Amino acid sequence: MNRFAELLDRLAYEPGRNNKLRLITAYFRDTPDPDRGYALAALTGALSFKHAKPGLIRDLIADRTDPVLFGLSYDYVGDLSETVALMWPKAPPPGHNNPPPPTLSDVVTTLRTLGKTELPKQLACWLDELDETGRWALLKLVTGAMRIGISARLAKTAAAALGDKDPHEIELIWPGLSPPYLDLFAWLEGRGEKPVNRDPAPFRPVMLAHAIEDSDFANLDPADFIAEWKWDGIRVQAVSGRDERGYMQARLYSRTGEDITKSFPDLLPSLHLPGAIDGELLVLREGRVQTFNVLQQRLNRKIVSPKLMKDFPIHLRAYDLLGDDENDLRELPFDERRAHLEKFIKKLDDPRIDLSPTIAFDSWETLMAARADPASAGAGEDADAVEGVMLKRRDAPYLPGRPKGQWWKWKHDPHIIDAVLMYAQRGHGKRSSYYSDYTFGVWTSGEDGEQLVPVGKAYFGFTDEELLQIDRFVRRNTTEKFGPVRHVVHEPDQGLVLEVAFEGLQRSPRHKSGVAMRFPRISRLRWDKPPREADRLETLERMLKDVTAN
Amino acid sequence: MTTKHRTAKHRKQTAYIGGMRPQDILMPVAAGLCCKPGGFHIDPVRPVERAVITHGHSDHARPGHGAVLARQETLDMMRLRYGDNFARSTQAIRYGEEIRLGDVKIKFHPAGHVLGSAQIAVTCKDTCIVASGDYKDAIDPTCTPFEVVPCDVFITEATFGLPVFRHGDAADEVKKLLASVALFPERAHLVGAYSLGKAQRVIALLREQGYDAPIYLHGAMETITRYYESRGIALGELCAVKGVKKADLAGTITLAPPSATSDIWTRRFPDPVTAFASGWMRVRARARQRGVELPLVISDHADWDGLTATIAATGAGEIWVTHGQEDALVHWCQARGLAARPLDLVGYGDEEEHEVVAADEAEA
Ligand SMILES: [Zn+2]
Repeated sequence: MNRFAELLDRLAYEPGRNNKLRLITAYFRDTPDPDRGYALAALTGALSFKHAKPGLIRDLIADRTDPVLFGLSYDYVGDLSETVALMWPKAPPPGHNNPPPPTLSDVVTTLRTLGKTELPKQLACWLDELDETGRWALLKLVTGAMRIGISARLAKTAAAALGDKDPHEIELIWPGLSPPYLDLFAWLEGRGEKPVNRDPAPFRPVMLAHAIEDSDFANLDPADFIAEWKWDGIRVQAVSGRDERGYMQARLYSRTGEDITKSFPDLLPSLHLPGAIDGELLVLREGRVQTFNVLQQRLNRKIVSPKLMKDFPIHLRAYDLLGDDENDLRELPFDERRAHLEKFIKKLDDPRIDLSPTIAFDSWETLMAARADPASAGAGEDADAVEGVMLKRRDAPYLPGRPKGQWWKWKHDPHIIDAVLMYAQRGHGKRSSYYSDYTFGVWTSGEDGEQLVPVGKAYFGFTDEELLQIDRFVRRNTTEKFGPVRHVVHEPDQGLVLEVAFEGLQRSPRHKSGVAMRFPRISRLRWDKPPREADRLETLERMLKDVTAN
Repeated sequence: MTTKHRTAKHRKQTAYIGGMRPQDILMPVAAGLCCKPGGFHIDPVRPVERAVITHGHSDHARPGHGAVLARQETLDMMRLRYGDNFARSTQAIRYGEEIRLGDVKIKFHPAGHVLGSAQIAVTCKDTCIVASGDYKDAIDPTCTPFEVVPCDVFITEATFGLPVFRHGDAADEVKKLLASVALFPERAHLVGAYSLGKAQRVIALLREQGYDAPIYLHGAMETITRYYESRGIALGELCAVKGVKKADLAGTITLAPPSATSDIWTRRFPDPVTAFASGWMRVRARARQRGVELPLVISDHADWDGLTATIAATGAGEIWVTHGQEDALVHWCQARGLAARPLDLVGYGDEEEHEVVAADEAEA
């Protein structure tokens, strides 16, 4: 447990992805079974036991410390588990009867079967045996408050590195595995066969797309790609398979692998052929795709009543076929999978499931025109439910995660304005030595004439080189310093204009400007533009009207 | 972790002879702790006629006094920092040596905080007050170990005066640093450490663990580190980091003042792991706030267990608590039947929070 705690502690401070991977892999290499397997389970969220309530922890510490000292300490530290971990009285020095500190396996296996009344005593006993970091990790684990800041994907990638395997291979067999993953580690270390997946309807990790930038098109050949509409519903995976007794099992998963079958019983009868469809869940009324807002009304309900199913008829639009009966199609190129999908949907012959249509195009210009006007390019009356265009390489296998250069999403144009840099703040982690958080503003008429009013904050979108340039600009043009914040010169003829792209606008009484941007990011540095030529608040207000009018 | 405390003979709360109350001997005033019958101030924060100084940290040892009485190391450190004319006259005193000043006798005892640090025992008639300055009871290869001085009134610091501060074995923290160096041989390890005391202790601890590669130094800590060496403290091979090629710093350890580790200065290092050696690193939020990636819990101040054990060991019936988390320590003393009160002295603090590196040094 102490060693696992040390890993968690270090991961919590390490900002770099590759460095996190190295730390986790080193842990897997140095830690014996079954401890490392339970660690992998903890890191991937695969552990389950009843969590202890914070009140229980408070009672334990109250029995052992002065309440005034505890109060002062808790105020200072600000976190219950950490305060208790640090304050827990030292156990008597180890005698020959003292047990060694518990391992992670001891903790996990004990917690699985421990009765509620035995928990406080057991916990106290472990807290006596562990060191400060060990106690902290134990308390986070038992209260279910462990936030490690790494994804399950990262933990699996670290495990794969142990055996020099492709993490994709682990993803493929993952649904059939369970803690402490002895067979997995045996395979990774070359001591055993590759485990096989025995779940009749397993989830397959989803493939995701990158947002395409204008500059990307120069290097892409239209002939290499198939285009489809990006439908504004929810991405799902519909899987059917026969269990050992030959019964058909059908399940619906969210794109993160959460089982959402129960919310859509009306779709299950349609999943009557063994296979795995990647598609979009939509609401269709009289054959017309409804907007996301309509779908959302169905999603928000706890109880799925017959009336709800009738008023919001659910539909699956199929993008891809990952499995056809016993055959795993994921290694095939997309155009071959697409051919399988077309056959599969035809054979299925069900009104609730249809094929996502492709968009015919021979150049990026034609596709751009289609994207600008989906209604005339085949989407017809469903155009309102189109969010943009998807581009998929014809030769792309189905890879989990967001592999580079395979799939692209080309959404509607983001909103863009030119704003003036007003304040800069140091970033976090790797960026802590740079001014990388920027507050920007646009012009408005105030009592003292023209003035800049802050409209948003951005800390993404620029390249490393641009970051260095802005950082240098900030340091050389600081007018005032307030703690970590620098005021940067922003006069009509002096200052830096930032081109800011954003996804949407909302009215916001909390902001001085009255508007709030969604996902603003720096899209370009306009060294060429004097601040006086930056946009005005009225431009944003006009955009806001357009948004609400739609 | 802690050195054995000498058993102190327990003194009862004294009936003070001749109406001499402790506060008549030592009393907090704006300039610091004033000893009227002795005609001096301890660690004065403003210029005074006669100063008695516990140790060389800049919040305790300030320039501009008339006469200064201190350990030779403390006087040397002041000279290095402020120049030759930091005081009108100076006098060096050894540990255990007794000097009469006015109506009181004073004696210096090791405080275990940094090289030359001392507790000052002030005795007037039958009453003994110990002003301990900054101290720690943990082992430190770079200074004389802390000594418990039996007394009637003990003046203690409270930098880490909360029960959450338990500093553990510094050797384990250094092992953590070395494990990270082994795991990331292509990265530089940058250890933020206060220039006077902490840095040299970290170096000495690394050497104790058998690390014998050159250790690199930020320009701001060269002078003081060389001074430590001149006092016979072996620190192995040390190099200035200035002028070393970025690629050559892969796999190395560099010591720098804490403020430099979050500055543009760090760009000269390949993908640096920023570590910080401080007692504050015990609390996660504190470490995250500073953007530290590898917190090392190494403190030059006593932790909670050290403070309370020391207070008990002195046998003092009255405890005065200064700079830090006074409330908790005063509460602890009172719960044990000791007369205790916070001493409102201003101008002292945690030196790490105040170390500012001049711009030219930062760029060095
Ligand atoms: Zn000090």
